[in-house]
Amino acid sequence: MAKLVPVPSGSMVPDRDINKKPVLECVDLGISFGGLRAVQDFNIIIGPTEISGLIGPNGAGKTTVFNLLTKVYQPTQGTILLNGKDTHGMNTMQVNRAGIARTFQNIRLFDNLSVEDNVKVAMDANMHYSMWSGIFRLPAYWREEKAAHEKALELLSLFSMEKLAHIQAGALPYGAQRRLEIVRALATNPSLLLLDEPAAGMNPSETAELMENIRKVRDTLQIAVLLIEHDMNLVMNICEGICVLNFGRIIAKGTPEDIQSNPAVIEAYLGKK
Amino acid sequence: MRKPVSAPFHFLTYLLVIGAYAALQVLQARGELSATMRGMLVPICAYVVMAVSLNLTVGVLGELSLGHAGFMSVGAFLGTSTAIALQDAVPIPGVRLAIALVVAALCAAVAGFLIGIPVLRLNGDYLAIVTLAFGEIIKAIFNNLYLGVDAKGVHISLLEDTTNTAADGRLIIQGPMGIGGIQKISTFTAGFVLIMISLIVIFNLVGSRAGRAIMAIRDNPIAAQSVGVNLIKYKMMAFVVSAALAGSAGALFAMNYSTVVANKFDFNTSILILVFVVLGGLGNMFGAIVAAAVLTILPEALRPIAEYRMLLYAVLLIVMMLTANHPFVKAIFNRFRQTGQIQLEADDEEKEAA
Amino acid sequence: MNFIIQFVNSLTSGGGTYQLLNHIINGISLGSVYAIIALGYTMVYGIAKMLNFAHGDVIMVGAYVCFYAFGAMKLPGPLAVCAPLLAICAAVVVCTLLGVTIEKLAYKPLRAAPSLAVLITAIGVSYFLQNAALLLWSSSPKVFPSFFVFRSVNDAGETVTLRSVQLGSLSISFVTIVTIVTCIVIMLSLTWFTGRTKMGKAMRACSEDKAAAQLMGIDVNATISLTFAIGSGLAAIAGALLCSAYPNLVPTTGSMPGIKAFTAAVFGGIGSIPGAFLGGLLLGVLEIFAKAYISVQLSDAVVFAVLIVVLLVKPTGLLGRTVREKV
Repeated sequence: MAKLVPVPSGSMVPDRDINKKPVLECVDLGISFGGLRAVQDFNIIIGPTEISGLIGPNGAGKTTVFNLLTKVYQPTQGTILLNGKDTHGMNTMQVNRAGIARTFQNIRLFDNLSVEDNVKVAMDANMHYSMWSGIFRLPAYWREEKAAHEKALELLSLFSMEKLAHIQAGALPYGAQRRLEIVRALATNPSLLLLDEPAAGMNPSETAELMENIRKVRDTLQIAVLLIEHDMNLVMNICEGICVLNFGRIIAKGTPEDIQSNPAVIEAYLGKK
Repeated sequence: MRKPVSAPFHFLTYLLVIGAYAALQVLQARGELSATMRGMLVPICAYVVMAVSLNLTVGVLGELSLGHAGFMSVGAFLGTSTAIALQDAVPIPGVRLAIALVVAALCAAVAGFLIGIPVLRLNGDYLAIVTLAFGEIIKAIFNNLYLGVDAKGVHISLLEDTTNTAADGRLIIQGPMGIGGIQKISTFTAGFVLIMISLIVIFNLVGSRAGRAIMAIRDNPIAAQSVGVNLIKYKMMAFVVSAALAGSAGALFAMNYSTVVANKFDFNTSILILVFVVLGGLGNMFGAIVAAAVLTILPEALRPIAEYRMLLYAVLLIVMMLTANHPFVKAIFNRFRQTGQIQLEADDEEKEAA
Repeated sequence: MNFIIQFVNSLTSGGGTYQLLNHIINGISLGSVYAIIALGYTMVYGIAKMLNFAHGDVIMVGAYVCFYAFGAMKLPGPLAVCAPLLAICAAVVVCTLLGVTIEKLAYKPLRAAPSLAVLITAIGVSYFLQNAALLLWSSSPKVFPSFFVFRSVNDAGETVTLRSVQLGSLSISFVTIVTIVTCIVIMLSLTWFTGRTKMGKAMRACSEDKAAAQLMGIDVNATISLTFAIGSGLAAIAGALLCSAYPNLVPTTGSMPGIKAFTAAVFGGIGSIPGAFLGGLLLGVLEIFAKAYISVQLSDAVVFAVLIVVLLVKPTGLLGRTVREKV
């Protein structure tokens, strides 16, 4: 596939430092399911350490965009460049190893594993001891398991979950499950974190805490975040750039201020006057 | 709080196996074991290994396999053939048995790898039918395989004996007749050692990054891939390890008898082992061991009621499944889990209050 | 099995096209039996999402009931022609009741249980039926009577037994014709039943979503019972047809055809009625061809190997639906 020229209009944040290479560039991304074009002409650019939002009415195709980025669905059109590298032909696992981690709208934890093991599973790609080292408990096993244990607790402590390390993930309360999904995603060392409705089902105080945590994660780990959210308070507060999707197409892009006053967005949400 | 595989539970399982071995050895030494019981010691060991190895596929990986006896068959035939071929070269029975078990494990691992290829593409009942088909194919092949060994090497033929094995050599596998004239070199101690090795392999594998990944795939394959877990590698690993252990169990089993035929390892045997795993509890090695031992002895114990015993066995099976899944019984089991959950919620409230 | 080997050997002695045609007809006949059994499997799977391993043994029970009912019947003169039909009816009634009873006692309490628990229970039921049959009817094989045989008087005034019709040099036995016709009739009526009748639609609704069906006022329990009744009734018919073609009846008669039919159902795409029909026919033809052209002993291996290859290419069977998990 030919190297595509980045489209400057893809950026949502006008004053971004142009010297920094973007983490993610989508060029004319799209997918059709048996003739239905679920997403089309999706162009965005996300810079490093940017927090961006993807909003839109129900059924607009937001989660489909996440599924395209993580190759749960293979795109039928367009290109995804991750840190400048084309992800064409990669599968879900390879995209993750290349730097995209995600959470799911309908929580997908490893219910029967402990909280700590859920996080450690995500470190698997960065662990190297062999099956035999595991079976015979060779030094490599002890060394890497110790390191994994420490890193897991460190990541859990970002969300104050280190005390829950030994609890079975499926038995956690809803809010803790959502937080654990984020920690698990972070354990893969991503450069871009995709959050699918992270505040769904949370009360206002939990949401406020979540916002704090998302900022903290971005600052400490220096990663970019793209989130889907219906809670406008959260989106307008923490996102630096916002992209609005309706019927699978981008109808507006820009800063929170731009979006709030955009007539097309207001029409999509509230209908025509 | 329920944790699927925890260290103290491993300890209990090892203790159970060692304790049972010691007790049975003492009973045997004092001559308190009946001839039937003595004859069943090795088969019980083989079935226990079959059960724990199948538990790796069904309980830990979460994929239904209906052809586990196929791997047992591969191990039984090729392991026993190896032992027979080495009869003169390796005079010490223990060493010969060990070599045969290793060869059996390797051959079954290769079979596991081959069947693993389609398994990786399929799910649920479609995967189950492929494992069933595999078991039937293995059975048909060994029912028609002729294998002879002489000074010039190994000769193999299908359907008819065209191996032209020299007179000084020996035709080991004789088609539907299977293998005859086997030296019974399997011992209870060998069986005990094999169980211990299987438990160490499975517990340590499950307790390493591989086991975590395998259980993650079972719980949620999409999420596992999304965090970079190599689905193909780990599914294959679980399948191959499970097959290898089943192969050595097959060799152990076969060398406890003077003859072995392919029809012994049919669909019913696969199902029998699956019953051990399900009754013992998915992923629960302790339970699988107990179920395998009890259900192997049960038909013998029911012998006094002769012709009704298999009928009673069937009824017991149904009743056990119905009871285990009865709402009342489930409620009792759930209480243990709920205590953990309530404790956790209390912790949460405490945190919010603070 | 000897019968089949002889049967096949007798086929391989003829000429090329004639032989091929004969194999195809025999394949379709055997496939029709598989298809009828597979229809039962697939309907039960569709609605109860369970592999009813006892299905094969219901076939065996059906064959035994048919055998004894036929033996007990002493119909006068011209009415004797009806005897096989009445015997099959008796088998259908008994098996229908048996199927519903099994469902009520063993499967219904496990509606909410994990699928493996249900599978093991089904295996328990299968053992139960086999061993009960062993106690009731002993392990010595029963020679199933020749149904579908007509007697007539030839020109010389001798009574001759007609077993087949002659089409040129091709001879097709009545059993074959009856089997194929029965299978087509069953297939068409099931398609009509599930597509056009109220109960059939309820059945489809239940297999789609039981909770939603219940909210729409469908009696889910009754619908599941009905499905088991139909499936078991079909098994009885299959048992009679199977034993008419291969008349060696023992308590394990149903096992292998049961497994084959289960394979056929998966082959065609489990849950799909046309799939079970297609899968059954293909499996039958494949088996007869493998026996004729490859090896009698390895025919099962060939059939199962083809199945694995097909599933590799089409992971949900020939006509099965691909269900995409919502992420």
